[in-house]
Amino acid sequence: SKNSEEIALFFVYQTSHLLLSASSSRVHTAMDSLIAQLQRQFRDYTISLYHQGFLDDQFTELKKLQDECSPDFVAEVVSLFFEDCEKLISNMARALDQTVNVDYKLVGSSVHQLKGSSSSVGAKRVKGLCVTFKECCDSQNYEGCVRCLQQVDIEYKSLKAKLQDLFNLEQQIVQAGGRIPQ
Amino acid sequence: MTRDKDDEVPNLAESKLTALVVDDNFINQSIHHKLLDRLGITNDVVCNGKEAVDVHCSGRNYDLILMDMDMPIMNGIQATRRLREMGIESKIAGVTTRANEVERQEFMEAGLNDFQEKPLTISKLLSILTNLNFYVQTS
Repeated sequence: SKNSEEIALFFVYQTSHLLLSASSSRVHTAMDSLIAQLQRQFRDYTISLYHQGFLDDQFTELKKLQDECSPDFVAEVVSLFFEDCEKLISNMARALDQTVNVDYKLVGSSVHQLKGSSSSVGAKRVKGLCVTFKECCDSQNYEGCVRCLQQVDIEYKSLKAKLQDLFNLEQQIVQAGGRIPQ
Repeated sequence: MTRDKDDEVPNLAESKLTALVVDDNFINQSIHHKLLDRLGITNDVVCNGKEAVDVHCSGRNYDLILMDMDMPIMNGIQATRRLREMGIESKIAGVTTRANEVERQEFMEAGLNDFQEKPLTISKLLSILTNLNFYVQTS
Protein backbone atom coordinates (compact mmCIF):
# COMPACT_ATOMS: atom_id res chain seq x y z
CA SER A 1 0.00 0.00 0.00
CA LYS A 2 3.04 2.24 0.57
CA ASN A 3 4.02 1.54 -3.00
CA SER A 4 0.63 2.57 -4.37
CA GLU A 5 0.76 5.67 -2.20
CA GLU A 6 4.07 6.58 -3.72
CA ILE A 7 2.78 5.89 -7.17
CA ALA A 8 -0.28 8.04 -6.54
CA LEU A 9 1.85 10.87 -5.20
CA PHE A 10 4.18 10.57 -8.15
CA PHE A 11 1.20 10.69 -10.50
CA VAL A 12 -0.19 13.77 -8.76
CA TYR A 13 3.22 15.42 -8.93
CA GLN A 14 3.61 14.68 -12.64
CA THR A 15 0.11 15.91 -13.48
CA SER A 16 0.46 19.14 -11.56
CA HIS A 17 3.87 19.71 -13.12
CA LEU A 18 2.32 19.19 -16.57
CA LEU A 19 -0.57 21.51 -15.77
CA LEU A 20 1.85 24.17 -14.55
CA SER A 21 4.01 23.95 -17.70
CA ALA A 22 0.94 24.01 -19.91
CA SER A 23 -0.47 27.13 -18.30
CA SER A 24 2.90 28.87 -18.18
CA SER A 25 3.51 28.02 -21.83
CA ARG A 26 0.08 29.48 -22.59
CA VAL A 27 1.19 32.63 -20.77
CA HIS A 28 4.48 32.55 -22.67
CA THR A 29 2.66 32.28 -25.96
CA ALA A 30 0.49 35.28 -25.12
CA MET A 31 3.56 37.30 -24.08
CA ASP A 32 5.48 36.28 -27.20
CA SER A 33 2.55 37.31 -29.30
CA LEU A 34 2.42 40.72 -27.61
CA ILE A 35 6.17 41.20 -28.00
CA ALA A 36 6.01 40.21 -31.68
CA GLN A 37 3.20 42.70 -32.23
CA LEU A 38 5.09 45.51 -30.52
CA GLN A 39 8.25 44.67 -32.45
CA ARG A 40 6.29 44.76 -35.71
CA GLN A 41 4.86 48.16 -34.78
CA PHE A 42 8.32 49.42 -33.88
CA ARG A 43 9.86 48.22 -37.14
CA ASP A 44 7.04 49.65 -39.27
CA TYR A 45 7.11 52.98 -37.49
CA THR A 46 10.88 53.26 -37.79
CA ILE A 47 10.75 52.44 -41.51
CA SER A 48 8.04 55.04 -42.06
CA LEU A 49 10.13 57.72 -40.35
CA TYR A 50 12.96 57.07 -42.79
CA HIS A 51 10.65 56.78 -45.81
CA GLN A 52 8.89 60.03 -45.02
CA GLY A 53 12.24 61.78 -44.72
CA PHE A 54 12.09 62.59 -41.04
CA LEU A 55 15.28 60.64 -40.38
CA ASP A 56 18.34 59.76 -42.43
CA ASP A 57 21.36 57.45 -42.15
CA GLN A 58 22.99 59.55 -39.48
CA PHE A 59 20.25 58.46 -37.06
CA THR A 60 21.19 54.86 -37.84
CA GLU A 61 24.81 55.75 -37.05
CA LEU A 62 23.73 57.11 -33.65
CA LYS A 63 21.95 53.85 -32.88
CA LYS A 64 25.18 51.96 -33.60
CA LEU A 65 26.80 53.91 -30.77
CA GLN A 66 24.21 52.81 -28.22
CA ASP A 67 25.33 49.89 -26.07
CA GLU A 68 24.94 48.35 -22.60
CA CYS A 69 27.14 51.10 -21.09
CA SER A 70 24.91 53.82 -22.50
CA PRO A 71 21.53 52.24 -23.30
CA ASP A 72 19.85 55.65 -23.57
CA PHE A 73 22.47 57.33 -25.73
CA VAL A 74 20.19 58.07 -28.68
CA ALA A 75 17.41 59.43 -26.48
CA GLU A 76 19.91 61.63 -24.64
CA VAL A 77 21.51 63.09 -27.75
CA VAL A 78 18.14 63.62 -29.38
CA SER A 79 16.93 65.38 -26.24
CA LEU A 80 19.98 67.67 -26.36
CA PHE A 81 19.14 68.39 -29.98
CA PHE A 82 15.57 69.43 -29.20
CA GLU A 83 16.77 71.71 -26.41
CA ASP A 84 19.21 73.23 -28.88
CA CYS A 85 16.36 73.76 -31.38
CA GLU A 86 14.31 75.57 -28.77
CA LYS A 87 17.17 77.84 -27.81
CA LEU A 88 18.25 78.67 -31.36
CA ILE A 89 14.69 79.25 -32.58
CA SER A 90 14.10 81.58 -29.66
CA ASN A 91 17.29 83.53 -30.53
CA MET A 92 16.27 83.80 -34.16
CA ALA A 93 12.71 84.85 -33.31
CA ARG A 94 14.11 87.62 -31.11
CA ALA A 95 16.41 88.81 -33.88
CA LEU A 96 13.63 88.75 -36.45
CA ASP A 97 11.32 90.65 -34.09
CA GLN A 98 13.52 93.66 -34.74
CA THR A 99 11.76 93.80 -38.16
CA VAL A 100 13.79 96.70 -39.55
CA ASN A 101 17.13 96.24 -37.80
CA VAL A 102 17.41 92.49 -38.17
CA ASP A 103 20.88 91.17 -37.46
CA TYR A 104 20.98 88.70 -40.34
CA LYS A 105 24.48 87.65 -39.37
CA LEU A 106 23.18 86.50 -36.01
CA VAL A 107 20.25 84.69 -37.56
CA GLY A 108 22.56 83.13 -40.13
CA SER A 109 24.95 81.95 -37.46
CA SER A 110 22.08 80.34 -35.50
CA VAL A 111 20.86 78.64 -38.67
CA HIS A 112 24.37 77.35 -39.26
CA GLN A 113 24.41 75.87 -35.74
CA LEU A 114 21.00 74.31 -36.23
CA LYS A 115 22.04 72.84 -39.56
CA GLY A 116 25.08 71.30 -37.91
CA SER A 117 23.10 69.81 -35.04
CA SER A 118 20.29 68.47 -37.20
CA SER A 119 22.82 66.95 -39.57
CA SER A 120 24.59 65.24 -36.66
CA VAL A 121 21.45 63.54 -35.34
CA GLY A 122 19.94 62.64 -38.69
CA ALA A 123 17.03 65.10 -38.50
CA LYS A 124 16.72 65.21 -42.28
CA ARG A 125 13.77 67.58 -42.71
CA VAL A 126 15.07 70.09 -40.20
CA LYS A 127 18.46 70.07 -41.94
CA GLY A 128 16.79 70.60 -45.32
CA LEU A 129 14.85 73.59 -44.01
CA CYS A 130 18.08 75.09 -42.68
CA VAL A 131 19.55 75.14 -46.18
CA THR A 132 16.64 77.27 -47.44
CA PHE A 133 16.74 79.36 -44.28
CA LYS A 134 20.45 80.12 -44.75
CA GLU A 135 19.76 81.32 -48.30
CA CYS A 136 17.08 83.68 -46.99
CA CYS A 137 19.51 85.04 -44.41
CA ASP A 138 22.24 85.54 -46.97
CA SER A 139 19.87 87.45 -49.25
CA GLN A 140 18.35 89.27 -46.23
CA ASN A 141 14.90 88.11 -47.27
CA TYR A 142 12.80 89.02 -44.23
CA GLU A 143 9.57 87.25 -45.22
CA GLY A 144 11.55 84.21 -46.28
CA CYS A 145 13.31 84.11 -42.93
CA VAL A 146 10.08 84.40 -40.97
CA ARG A 147 8.50 81.64 -43.05
CA CYS A 148 11.52 79.38 -42.59
CA LEU A 149 11.55 80.00 -38.86
CA GLN A 150 7.90 78.95 -38.59
CA GLN A 151 8.55 75.82 -40.64
CA VAL A 152 11.60 74.85 -38.61
CA ASP A 153 9.60 75.29 -35.42
CA ILE A 154 6.79 73.04 -36.70
CA GLU A 155 9.22 70.48 -38.06
CA TYR A 156 11.35 69.99 -34.96
CA LYS A 157 8.25 69.68 -32.76
CA SER A 158 6.79 67.12 -35.14
CA LEU A 159 10.00 65.07 -35.06
CA LYS A 160 10.13 65.37 -31.28
CA ALA A 161 6.62 63.89 -30.96
CA LYS A 162 7.38 61.06 -33.38
CA LEU A 163 10.61 60.09 -31.68
CA GLN A 164 8.84 60.16 -28.33
CA ASP A 165 6.34 57.65 -29.73
CA LEU A 166 9.22 55.52 -30.97
CA PHE A 167 10.98 55.57 -27.60
CA ASN A 168 7.69 54.68 -25.88
CA LEU A 169 7.35 51.63 -28.13
CA GLU A 170 10.91 50.62 -27.26
CA GLN A 171 10.09 50.83 -23.57
CA GLN A 172 6.98 48.72 -24.00
CA ILE A 173 8.97 46.04 -25.79
CA VAL A 174 11.64 45.98 -23.08
CA GLN A 175 9.03 45.90 -20.31
CA ALA A 176 7.32 42.97 -22.01
CA GLY A 177 10.68 41.19 -21.94
CA GLY A 178 11.44 41.46 -25.62
CA ARG A 179 14.41 42.65 -27.68
CA ILE A 180 14.32 45.86 -29.69
CA PRO A 181 14.64 45.04 -33.41
CA GLN A 182 17.71 46.54 -35.09
CA MET B 1 19.72 44.91 -25.14
CA THR B 2 22.32 42.92 -27.03
CA ARG B 3 23.46 43.85 -30.49
CA ASP B 4 24.78 41.72 -33.29
CA LYS B 5 26.69 44.68 -34.70
CA ASP B 6 28.89 44.85 -31.58
CA ASP B 7 31.32 42.44 -33.21
CA GLU B 8 31.79 44.73 -36.21
CA VAL B 9 33.23 47.61 -34.19
CA PRO B 10 36.94 47.13 -33.50
CA ASN B 11 38.26 47.84 -30.03
CA LEU B 12 41.50 49.79 -29.95
CA ALA B 13 41.75 49.95 -26.15
CA GLU B 14 44.95 47.89 -26.20
CA SER B 15 46.76 50.52 -28.23
CA LYS B 16 46.06 53.02 -25.44
CA LEU B 17 45.36 55.85 -27.84
CA THR B 18 44.26 59.22 -26.50
CA ALA B 19 42.27 61.87 -28.32
CA LEU B 20 41.02 65.42 -27.92
CA VAL B 21 37.66 66.52 -29.31
CA VAL B 22 37.57 70.22 -30.19
CA ASP B 23 34.05 71.39 -31.05
CA ASP B 24 31.75 74.19 -29.88
CA ASN B 25 28.55 72.24 -30.54
CA PHE B 26 27.66 70.10 -27.55
CA ILE B 27 25.72 67.61 -29.64
CA ASN B 28 28.80 66.99 -31.76
CA GLN B 29 30.85 66.82 -28.58
CA SER B 30 28.59 64.04 -27.24
CA ILE B 31 28.66 62.13 -30.48
CA HIS B 32 32.39 62.40 -31.11
CA HIS B 33 33.15 61.55 -27.48
CA LYS B 34 30.93 58.46 -27.74
CA LEU B 35 32.39 57.45 -31.11
CA LEU B 36 35.89 57.47 -29.63
CA ASP B 37 34.71 55.69 -26.47
CA ARG B 38 33.12 53.00 -28.59
CA LEU B 39 36.43 52.33 -30.27
CA GLY B 40 38.20 52.19 -26.92
CA ILE B 41 39.99 55.53 -27.30
CA THR B 42 40.22 57.62 -24.10
CA ASN B 43 39.32 61.18 -24.89
CA ASP B 44 38.79 64.68 -23.55
CA VAL B 45 36.49 67.35 -24.92
CA VAL B 46 37.02 71.12 -25.21
CA CYS B 47 34.77 73.82 -26.64
CA ASN B 48 36.99 75.89 -28.90
CA GLY B 49 40.45 76.40 -30.33
CA LYS B 50 41.66 78.47 -27.39
CA GLU B 51 40.77 75.72 -24.91
CA ALA B 52 42.59 73.24 -27.14
CA VAL B 53 45.71 75.39 -27.01
CA ASP B 54 45.36 75.98 -23.24
CA VAL B 55 45.05 72.28 -22.51
CA HIS B 56 48.33 71.69 -24.33
CA CYS B 57 49.98 74.58 -22.50
CA SER B 58 49.07 72.84 -19.26
CA GLY B 59 51.15 69.90 -20.43
CA ARG B 60 48.55 67.50 -21.78
CA ASN B 61 49.25 65.65 -24.97
CA TYR B 62 47.14 63.50 -27.24
CA ASP B 63 47.75 61.05 -30.07
CA LEU B 64 44.86 62.44 -32.09
CA ILE B 65 42.99 65.75 -32.18
CA LEU B 66 39.60 66.00 -33.87
CA MET B 67 39.43 69.67 -34.78
CA ASP B 68 36.22 71.41 -35.83
CA MET B 69 36.64 74.44 -38.07
CA ASP B 70 33.97 76.94 -37.05
CA MET B 71 34.37 77.84 -33.41
CA PRO B 72 34.16 81.06 -31.42
CA ILE B 73 37.16 82.77 -29.78
CA MET B 74 39.69 80.74 -31.77
CA ASN B 75 38.63 78.69 -34.79
CA GLY B 76 40.08 75.40 -36.04
CA ILE B 77 42.45 76.95 -38.55
CA GLN B 78 43.91 79.35 -36.00
CA ALA B 79 44.16 76.65 -33.35
CA THR B 80 45.86 74.19 -35.69
CA ARG B 81 48.41 76.82 -36.71
CA ARG B 82 49.05 77.73 -33.06
CA LEU B 83 49.50 74.11 -32.00
CA ARG B 84 52.00 73.49 -34.80
CA GLU B 85 53.87 76.66 -33.86
CA MET B 86 54.05 75.32 -30.31
CA GLY B 87 55.68 72.20 -31.69
CA ILE B 88 52.74 69.90 -31.06
CA GLU B 89 53.21 66.90 -33.31
CA SER B 90 49.96 65.10 -32.54
CA LYS B 91 47.95 63.99 -35.52
CA ILE B 92 45.23 66.55 -36.20
CA ALA B 93 42.16 65.61 -38.24
CA GLY B 94 40.01 68.49 -39.40
CA VAL B 95 36.31 67.74 -39.05
CA THR B 96 33.85 70.16 -40.59
CA THR B 97 30.62 70.50 -42.49
CA ARG B 98 32.25 72.91 -44.91
CA ALA B 99 33.15 71.12 -48.12
CA ASN B 100 34.28 74.31 -49.86
CA GLU B 101 37.57 73.45 -51.55
CA VAL B 102 39.23 76.78 -50.71
CA GLU B 103 38.39 76.57 -47.00
CA ARG B 104 39.42 72.92 -46.89
CA GLN B 105 42.75 73.78 -48.49
CA GLU B 106 43.32 76.58 -45.98
CA PHE B 107 42.50 74.21 -43.13
CA MET B 108 44.90 71.56 -44.46
CA GLU B 109 47.66 74.11 -44.89
CA ALA B 110 47.28 75.20 -41.27
CA GLY B 111 48.81 71.84 -40.37
CA LEU B 112 46.22 69.08 -40.59
CA ASN B 113 47.16 65.44 -41.17
CA ASP B 114 43.72 64.45 -42.38
CA PHE B 115 40.28 65.81 -43.09
CA GLN B 116 36.76 64.40 -42.77
CA GLU B 117 33.34 65.82 -43.41
CA LYS B 118 30.87 65.98 -40.57
CA PRO B 119 28.80 64.32 -39.33
CA LEU B 120 31.28 61.71 -38.17
CA THR B 121 30.40 58.06 -38.20
CA ILE B 122 32.20 54.92 -37.01
CA SER B 123 33.47 54.24 -40.51
CA LYS B 124 34.66 57.83 -41.04
CA LEU B 125 36.53 57.71 -37.76
CA LEU B 126 38.08 54.36 -38.72
CA SER B 127 39.10 55.93 -42.01
CA ILE B 128 40.88 58.74 -40.12
CA LEU B 129 42.59 56.21 -37.86
CA THR B 130 43.68 54.14 -40.86
CA ASN B 131 44.97 57.18 -42.76
CA LEU B 132 46.98 58.21 -39.72
CA ASN B 133 48.33 54.67 -39.20
CA PHE B 134 46.64 54.16 -35.84
CA TYR B 135 44.63 51.26 -37.14
CA VAL B 136 45.09 48.61 -39.80
CA GLN B 137 41.95 47.00 -41.17
CA THR B 138 42.38 43.26 -41.21
CA SER B 139 39.24 42.39 -43.17
